Amino acid sequence: MSTSVTKSPSTGITTKWAQLTATPVRRHFVAAVIGLIVIFAVLESVSTFRQSQLTSVAYLAIAAGGLTLLTGINGQLSLGHGAFMAVGAYTAALILRAQDGSWVVPVVLLAATAVSTLVGFVVGVAAARLHGPYLAGATLALAVAVPGLALYFSEYLGGEQGLTIPSPAVPTFLDDAMFFITGNDLSSTKFISYISWTLLVVVFFLLANVSSSRIGRRWRAVRDDEVAAELAGIDLGRARILAFVVSAACAGAAGAVLAMASRIAAPSGFTLVLSLTLLSAVVIGGLGTLAGALIGAALLTYIPPVVTNLGLDLGLSSLQSAELAPLVTGVFTVLVILFAPLGLVGSYRKWRFTRKFARKGEK
Amino acid sequence: MKSSISLAARVTALTAAVALVAACGAGGRDETEETSEGSTVGITDTSVKIGGHFPLTGVASPGYSEIPTGAQAYYDFVNAAGGINGRQIEYVVRDDAYDPTTTTQVVNELVLQDEVFAVVGGLGTATHSAVVDFLNEEGVPDLFVSSGAIMWGNDPEQYPNTFGWQPDYQVEGKIIGDWVLENRPDAKVGLFLQDDDLGRDSEEAVRQYLDDQIVEVVRYTSGNTDVAPQIAALQAAGADLVLGFNVPSYTALSQLTSMRLNYDPEWFYSSIGSDVNLVGSLLGRFSEGAITGAQSLEGMISLEYIPGVDSTDNPWTQLWQQVWDEHGSGEPLTNYRVYGMSQAYAFVQALQAAGENPTREGIVAAIQDGGMDFEGPQLAPYRYSEESHLGISGASVFQIQNGVPEYLTPVLQTDIGDSPVEEYTGEPATPPENGIPE
Amino acid sequence: MQQLLTILLNGVTSGMIYAAFALALVLIWRSTRIVNFAQAPMAMLTTYIALVVIDAGYSYWIGFAAALVSGLILGALVERLVIRFVDSSSHINAVILTLGLFIVIHALAAIIFGNQFRSFPAPFGLTGRTIGDMNIALTGYDIFKVVAVLIVFGLLVLLFRFTDLGLKMRASAFEQEVAKLLGVRVSRMLTLGWALAAVVGSLAGLLIAGGSLVHPGYMDSIVVFGFVAAVLGGLDSPGGAVVGGLLMGIGLSFVSGYLGQDLVALAALIILIVVLLLRPSGLFAGTAARRV
Repeated sequence: MSTSVTKSPSTGITTKWAQLTATPVRRHFVAAVIGLIVIFAVLESVSTFRQSQLTSVAYLAIAAGGLTLLTGINGQLSLGHGAFMAVGAYTAALILRAQDGSWVVPVVLLAATAVSTLVGFVVGVAAARLHGPYLAGATLALAVAVPGLALYFSEYLGGEQGLTIPSPAVPTFLDDAMFFITGNDLSSTKFISYISWTLLVVVFFLLANVSSSRIGRRWRAVRDDEVAAELAGIDLGRARILAFVVSAACAGAAGAVLAMASRIAAPSGFTLVLSLTLLSAVVIGGLGTLAGALIGAALLTYIPPVVTNLGLDLGLSSLQSAELAPLVTGVFTVLVILFAPLGLVGSYRKWRFTRKFARKGEK
Repeated sequence: MKSSISLAARVTALTAAVALVAACGAGGRDETEETSEGSTVGITDTSVKIGGHFPLTGVASPGYSEIPTGAQAYYDFVNAAGGINGRQIEYVVRDDAYDPTTTTQVVNELVLQDEVFAVVGGLGTATHSAVVDFLNEEGVPDLFVSSGAIMWGNDPEQYPNTFGWQPDYQVEGKIIGDWVLENRPDAKVGLFLQDDDLGRDSEEAVRQYLDDQIVEVVRYTSGNTDVAPQIAALQAAGADLVLGFNVPSYTALSQLTSMRLNYDPEWFYSSIGSDVNLVGSLLGRFSEGAITGAQSLEGMISLEYIPGVDSTDNPWTQLWQQVWDEHGSGEPLTNYRVYGMSQAYAFVQALQAAGENPTREGIVAAIQDGGMDFEGPQLAPYRYSEESHLGISGASVFQIQNGVPEYLTPVLQTDIGDSPVEEYTGEPATPPENGIPE
Repeated sequence: MQQLLTILLNGVTSGMIYAAFALALVLIWRSTRIVNFAQAPMAMLTTYIALVVIDAGYSYWIGFAAALVSGLILGALVERLVIRFVDSSSHINAVILTLGLFIVIHALAAIIFGNQFRSFPAPFGLTGRTIGDMNIALTGYDIFKVVAVLIVFGLLVLLFRFTDLGLKMRASAFEQEVAKLLGVRVSRMLTLGWALAAVVGSLAGLLIAGGSLVHPGYMDSIVVFGFVAAVLGGLDSPGGAVVGGLLMGIGLSFVSGYLGQDLVALAALIILIVVLLLRPSGLFAGTAARRV
């Protein structure tokens, strides 16, 4: 595991690189920096429409990232993460409607995360004692209950209409800086796109570190064998609650971005379908893998419009084309679960792993 | 360490791959086509591209999903006759499943990707309010929103590109309230409301006239089909006339539940909930065919602002039937489809008024300046002007008697706010011979 | 008083519907240890089949029978062709599979049958009766619902407790390997379990549809409350399903009547949490050794 000691000029760079990527945290950091550069390059060169699509991918991925950790690494199945997104979105809505100003965005994100963390803690405490289908049932009820609350408190939360959200203003210093660097204006859509993807990189960096840390190992232990974990001295309840809280925080932040991007927070935006979409994304990508969460989110953002347009081109009615999208998504989920239960990324990793050992065996 | 290099490389490759997938199809910078008079996005010499968002899937889709099919049939009819000024109308309909987040996405797609000239008939108050700011910022004409909220037209300074079409909920509420005050002054009135702007605005308007007569107000959330508690509350309060501001499925549900509870008040439904054929067909089965269609709604009172499918003698209805027979999907013509066609008719009028070379600014100005004089199936005229972008100004009260709608009043007209309800004395317009406005 | 009575009766009838759905879920759980989230759209599909039959002119009861039979076939097919192949090392896989099926069947039904409302006839009267001054919100059809569910419940209890077949089914679910060693055709038992559950689910779908409006999403709201009812009573217990269903039905009816419809889902959640915190495996669950 140690890096090479000899420092001859020809291996200088290799040594530097090896140093830079010596620990998981450092590796994740390098990946994050590279990711930011790529994002910058991409966002500056695509059209406004693609930027808004990328924003959708980003916030879905943030929520999926938290969920994949909870379900894949900690083994708790949640069918109700849409509810936490709703909490984040409504928090963002209330703040943005009351405030404006250059620093409103970080405030909104922090507040949304904080509130959903709190809610996640409460739910997590209740959920820690539940297993398997019982947990699924409770989270299912949660997914449906939270939008109902928005309807009940309709004076403050807008009722069925929801709360419209003014787009956060692009801070002038940022606009000038971007113009200086790229010669392009920073439109509102691009601004939100940058926010969402920067947040994604930050969140994934943190999640990746947690996953490869002791906490992550504890979570896996709890998932794999409760009895052994407890015998090893791990507090089951605490580990579970922490996982729930982390995933709820991610979902809350994602909800805040969703609110800024859609400009509205309404109960009909957080139906059971959203929670199921998140779960499908996580499963298709690969339970427990952050790369899988990203891929799953991207697939579930891009497949529906592509499929719908395909349907329209094939001559189907608008209705049938619209229903084609969930049909394809559902079939895809079923196929993945049956034939590649580790998801796309998980199966790929397993394949590479077995190949590596197969080759070693041959030698 | 090899694996760590490849890890970073993998992550980069992954992010780049995702981004490339996203970027392919990227058209680079947005292009705006501007002539000296205005923007002609979506218009070519031979075509006009318009778009709309509707709930084609999901809980709200029954009924509402038929509106764009009617509009599409009428556009096909117009296209078959050569289009407008040589341009064929292309109508792109996208599904938002009544989810405002999805509405934002599909409207983004319509405006930025499909590059439509205008959005016509966007449906739903919650859904459309997610995109109304965007459409106005982008300068996209936002015509004839399919919703009765007053926000689409009561403040043209805030939303200069947005126009309503159907009578708003306040106008209907006032007409209903006024009628009840005059004709049922001693009734104990109950309100059966959908728990959104439909219910809220209607209640506000009705209370202007009936505040003293209202004994109970109940609300339901669409999606929850158990309305027994609400009907029971109305029954307990002794309401003998119930005003229903709800969608047709809840008309049927309220009728069924009342049967269960042995509750038999007089029912007055607003136009949105009184699709007689739809409700009738839903209820006809339940009496095992003994009563059919409109008979099961005997005595029901409602409002009509455009002729519906039951008015078989009306020349407009005959026109719509012809259009549907020629260009429809083979399913029966319903009032939702008629709504779509009437709305499409209004768009065609607006397009013609915008001249030989329409621009986005031009069509908005055309409706604002001349919309009040557009003659069409609507019983009362539009209110389009500089001060108001609200649509149809009135309706007629009818009652189902012996299975047939009988008109109880002439066309009644009013506006939002304090203006009184008055009789509209104009002549109903007849459709042009070829079915296309001049 | 009147309102109380109406709410109570309303709660009992809707509770029976939840009970029927919960029974289907319990049946599948007992026989295959899987929660079938796709139960609702499967039932919806069979109801549409019944509708097609009735539209073609046949009587309600023929349509009823058609729905039950198609439920039997559908359940068997789903188990044979799809569920069988799932990697059951993790319970999550099966749940996601059924959720995927949920989405697929839903979309298919919308594509085939369209999205508009259709009315579904009821075999018995739909008007309530009056005794003196009081309205009894109990129609002939409501009584039919209650009786039907109780009969099905009774039959299921008989099946599992007193027949060989029931014993074999329970054995196959509980301990596959041992059951095989004892000569039980395990795979057939699994299929049978799904088929029977689908029949019960179809019944639930028919009972809801009667006298009401049908469209591809009409059973979606049942999924949550029916599932909660099943979990409340304990996924292993048919009796628990009925009790859970009644509890949900009556409880939610009270909440809806006195507190407002918006709080119904929250009330369901709270009831569930409270029960599970006190008895983590449901009200009527047998003790399973879990805690260390």
